[in-house]
Amino acid sequence: MYVYEHQAKAILSGYGVPFARGAVAASAEAAEAEAREVDGKGCVVKAQILAGGRGRAGGVRTARDPAAARAAAEALLGSRLTTAQTGPGGQRVKTVYVEELVEPSRALYLGLLIDRSAGRVAVIAAAEGGEDIEERVAGDPGILHRLLVDPQTGPDAAEARRLAQELQLAGAAESFVGLVDSLYRAFVELDANLIEINPLAVLQDGGLAAVDVKMGFDDNALFRHPEIKALRDEDEIDPVEIEAARYEVNYVKLDGDIGCVVSGAGLALATLDLIHKAGGKPADFMDVRPVASREQIATAFGFILRNPNVRAILVNMFGGGILRCDTMAEGIAAAVREVGLKVPLIVRAAGTNHDIAAKVLVSQGIPVAFETDMGAAARNVVAAARRGGA
Amino acid sequence: MAVLIDRDTKVICQGITGAQATFHCEQAIAYGTKLVGGVTPGKGGRKHLYLPVFDTVEEAVAATGAEASAVFVPPRNAADAIIEAIDAGVRLIVCVTERIPTLDMVRVKRRLDESDSRLIGPNSPGIITPDQCKIGIMPGHIHFPGKVGIASRSATLKYEAVAQTTAARLGQSTCIGIGGDPVHGIGFVESLELFLADPETEAVLLIGEIGGGDEEEAAAFIRTERPKKPIAAYIAGEHAPAGRRMGHAGTFNVFGAGGAGEKIECLKSAGVQIVESPATFGTSLRRILAR
Repeated sequence: MYVYEHQAKAILSGYGVPFARGAVAASAEAAEAEAREVDGKGCVVKAQILAGGRGRAGGVRTARDPAAARAAAEALLGSRLTTAQTGPGGQRVKTVYVEELVEPSRALYLGLLIDRSAGRVAVIAAAEGGEDIEERVAGDPGILHRLLVDPQTGPDAAEARRLAQELQLAGAAESFVGLVDSLYRAFVELDANLIEINPLAVLQDGGLAAVDVKMGFDDNALFRHPEIKALRDEDEIDPVEIEAARYEVNYVKLDGDIGCVVSGAGLALATLDLIHKAGGKPADFMDVRPVASREQIATAFGFILRNPNVRAILVNMFGGGILRCDTMAEGIAAAVREVGLKVPLIVRAAGTNHDIAAKVLVSQGIPVAFETDMGAAARNVVAAARRGGA
Repeated sequence: MAVLIDRDTKVICQGITGAQATFHCEQAIAYGTKLVGGVTPGKGGRKHLYLPVFDTVEEAVAATGAEASAVFVPPRNAADAIIEAIDAGVRLIVCVTERIPTLDMVRVKRRLDESDSRLIGPNSPGIITPDQCKIGIMPGHIHFPGKVGIASRSATLKYEAVAQTTAARLGQSTCIGIGGDPVHGIGFVESLELFLADPETEAVLLIGEIGGGDEEEAAAFIRTERPKKPIAAYIAGEHAPAGRRMGHAGTFNVFGAGGAGEKIECLKSAGVQIVESPATFGTSLRRILAR
């Protein structure tokens, strides 16, 4: 789960991370008032959305005076901002962050994340920050410096100093070592999975200021951080995705027309690939977790039956040790009884009780095209969606 | 002994009195696994499934001589349960639990590094040597003793590969479920080392997916080791949308890399045979082994 920039800044201020002065505003008037507070040097008005890439998309605007700040806030508030990370629909701007304009002598990149192969928290940094950091690192991985943290001791001061040296931080080195320490403390105490400061400004006076912050948290650890969980903005998640999570399915809405229901995450990913290879486009990713009950599967399948974009449905299941094919079939049958089935349904079932699953669907008079090979099933559902669309 | 476990491996279950654990322990016993006891704090001295229950792993190991443990403990206590097994000197720890906080696993991994224990999982279906020993939640009946060693990040794709290699009469030596979490125990490289050293394994199948660097590390290992046994791989998620978590937490990637296309290219250039579709695990491996 991600939080807004202003929330991340409030959280990290508590850990002693240095920021420029700023405040969140939900109206143009409030933005203007805040701009008056910072006074003199001008300010930046930043759209608050839960995705990066705002600068390039016009979501970050410099204002020389309070009137300009008001105009910038007026333009941003209520608009939809589409960035490289939001998806095509963009996100609605509900608040802006008005911040004192800092004029750095240098701008760095600093991040903390989990290094998966080491199984440790990694501090990563580059001497030059900016929104194009990912592309530059892809072009030249050598620009990214890395420090792995031993969970038993925390960041090693000598190693942090070496990192500062690699970044040519001279006078700001000690502040940098302190900053790494603060960020690491926040990361582990709050079960973050990402803290990204981009850019990290080195000020004229040698001090540091975190200009933009992105902070993400481990969903699996939210049970021990109710204060973080309370920050979740459910408006920004598809309501069906939120509801689906209650029914033991992982659901991600996509923009195609083929509904997919699959037992297991890996098989669900593979099913999306098969549909693409057959020339079709999936309307969703739905992974039914092994613990799902018949009733939960029925509710989840209902989401797909009710999705107006869906022109054909593929159920791909492998009955395992917990979730058997007949349970899946009973859930599907219950959903069809309740919602009705207006599009072709292709079912490929294998593994535990696949034969019973077929009987369950046939005995209830549900029109199903059965396939034993999932490649053929994918080709058929793509063809069926095309026919439905013609 | 195939890999890591065989018919003589003595196994305990941590969290044995829970509903899920009870169900899967019954299945394991029926399959032939030498389950010798269980651990549930506060329930020591009782019997469950006719097996002795202990308060601690240490007591269970001392009394039964167990060398492997299946961890069926809820997410908030799972990391401590794994660490308890490490401290008790359990050689092989298999963790089925899903949704363990990542930083808990960072703590576990640190303790593993300075021990002789190996961990499979978490969020793993477990490990099975067909007709000998099964530790985990996989359906036993689809397996068949044979020559393909399988290591997979996904459970259901592993079941597909198992069912297809069984139908193709190739069978499996051992199947290892690496699990779908970002920080985990045994990965592809360690699985490869085990399978390459195992005389019963004639070919290895790796089933990977987007996210992380397990596949790239495997490719680098293969490039240096130049193993004689054929190695095949399937990678899921070529067409997954970027920046989303697709079911497994491990599929989500923050900083570039981890794309399916890159992983496939990387493995291909190391000489790995790419299985193009999850519908062709059986036929691909039969073809590879016939060469």
